Amino acid sequence: MNVMSDPNAARKGWLGLLAKSPATDVARLWTGLDIAPAHTVLRAPEIGGVMVRGKAGAVGAAFNLGEMTVTRASVKLSDGTVGHGYVQGRGKDHALQAALVDALMQTDAAGAVETRLLTPLRTAMMQAKADRAAKAAATKVDFFTMVRGED
Amino acid sequence: MYVAVKGGERAIDNAHAWLAEERRGDRSVAELGVAQIREQLALAVNRVMAEGSLYDPDLAALAIKQARGDLIEAIFLIRAYRTTLPRFGGSIPIETEDMTCDRRVSATFKDAPGGQVLGPTFDYTHRLLDFKLAAEGDVGPAPVGDTATVPTPHIMSFLDREGLIQSEPASDETPADLTRAPLELPAGRALRLQSLTRADEGFILGMAYSTQRGYARNHAFVAELRIGAVAVEMDIPELGFAIEIGEITVTECETVNQFTGSRTEPAQFTRGYGLVFGMTERKAISMALVDRALRWKELGEDDLGAPAQDEEFVLYHSDNIQATGFLEHIKLPHYVDFQSELELIRKLRREAHANIAQEAAE
Repeated sequence: MNVMSDPNAARKGWLGLLAKSPATDVARLWTGLDIAPAHTVLRAPEIGGVMVRGKAGAVGAAFNLGEMTVTRASVKLSDGTVGHGYVQGRGKDHALQAALVDALMQTDAAGAVETRLLTPLRTAMMQAKADRAAKAAATKVDFFTMVRGED
Repeated sequence: MYVAVKGGERAIDNAHAWLAEERRGDRSVAELGVAQIREQLALAVNRVMAEGSLYDPDLAALAIKQARGDLIEAIFLIRAYRTTLPRFGGSIPIETEDMTCDRRVSATFKDAPGGQVLGPTFDYTHRLLDFKLAAEGDVGPAPVGDTATVPTPHIMSFLDREGLIQSEPASDETPADLTRAPLELPAGRALRLQSLTRADEGFILGMAYSTQRGYARNHAFVAELRIGAVAVEMDIPELGFAIEIGEITVTECETVNQFTGSRTEPAQFTRGYGLVFGMTERKAISMALVDRALRWKELGEDDLGAPAQDEEFVLYHSDNIQATGFLEHIKLPHYVDFQSELELIRKLRREAHANIAQEAAE
């Protein structure tokens, strides 16, 4: 899908980032944000499973690979803005914080949340990925096939 | 026949208390933390996630601790926990093409576009015990290389472009799920792959090895083996669009096997596929070989009578939790069953003795 034409691209981006970030990082940055918006919990944090699917031969028909744990929660701010959180693992606070961040990102607080919570999470994730990629790159090899002296 | 037994409650409680003490081991040795297992016994954690069929490294590490390192017992604990989880839905199939590869090798093309990346592998180690690990000591960071990001397309896509490999038809169908309905035969490929990916590693390894030794003729090349992280996406009804709900590490193995073809169809390579949670490459390679062997019917091959071609044999005996449940139940009280067998054998012996005595008298 063309990201530019997807009206939900930004929201997809922060929801995915919150889902994949370590719960401890989200908790630390959420506390540091020091915003306590009045809200009601629409869906209390719930731990469940999602069946992860793969494709036969990487490109063919889908098959069930196995489940992963996911926790979800939904909140409503006092102004009526609804936020949803779906996060990997079994972190109830993580899911609730993700839902609150999702809601706040639709309000005037978006700028502060972006700068002080999402940006550091994104930086940390990119750094972690870059560190692994650099170690992988150091193990890149060139195999040479040797000519066997048969002539 | 099953007949309940009563009693023994105190003995059972005491046995479990002793189990807990033995699990802890010598108290002068520091207790093992779940995080230590997750970080330092990662391949055991990966196996428990793959065969437990639940991706959650913390839970798998806890299960390993609880099971005292008995991985099949740990897998049992994870399978039991899994059944308590409400199912939120199914993911969009993961795109292994977009994997951030920790490891990616091809045994068929040395100049694979995107390069060959060894990753943190046991390959090329000397398999000599490293006594330094028995002593205290920290490990320095691994060397880093230049990370110009290059795409790593599937090697198979190059063969596919030339029409040299049998194609994999795409489908939007929701795959059958053996955790929701009992496995019935003949199983489609989706069910076979689900069954193989959670199957016992040892069993699948043995089956795969048997195909290499000639039981079912399907010499395999590893076209590509890749290990790394992929995002998992799911449609969220309340949002109305799909989001990433996490990221998992998987191992994928694609094999190229010998041809099919006919007078009208030009010869084409065939393929086997392995995809397993975690860094689990022995299992993924084994899975690809067994997947290929089980495809004999759809590829128009002969039934050579090989065990690895026998869907019923492979699929019904590869699940270590089913197997261990049935195997281990025979150690539990069977007193009434055995009592009837005892009575029967005594009766047979009495009759035989009577016959001998009678023949002697005549």
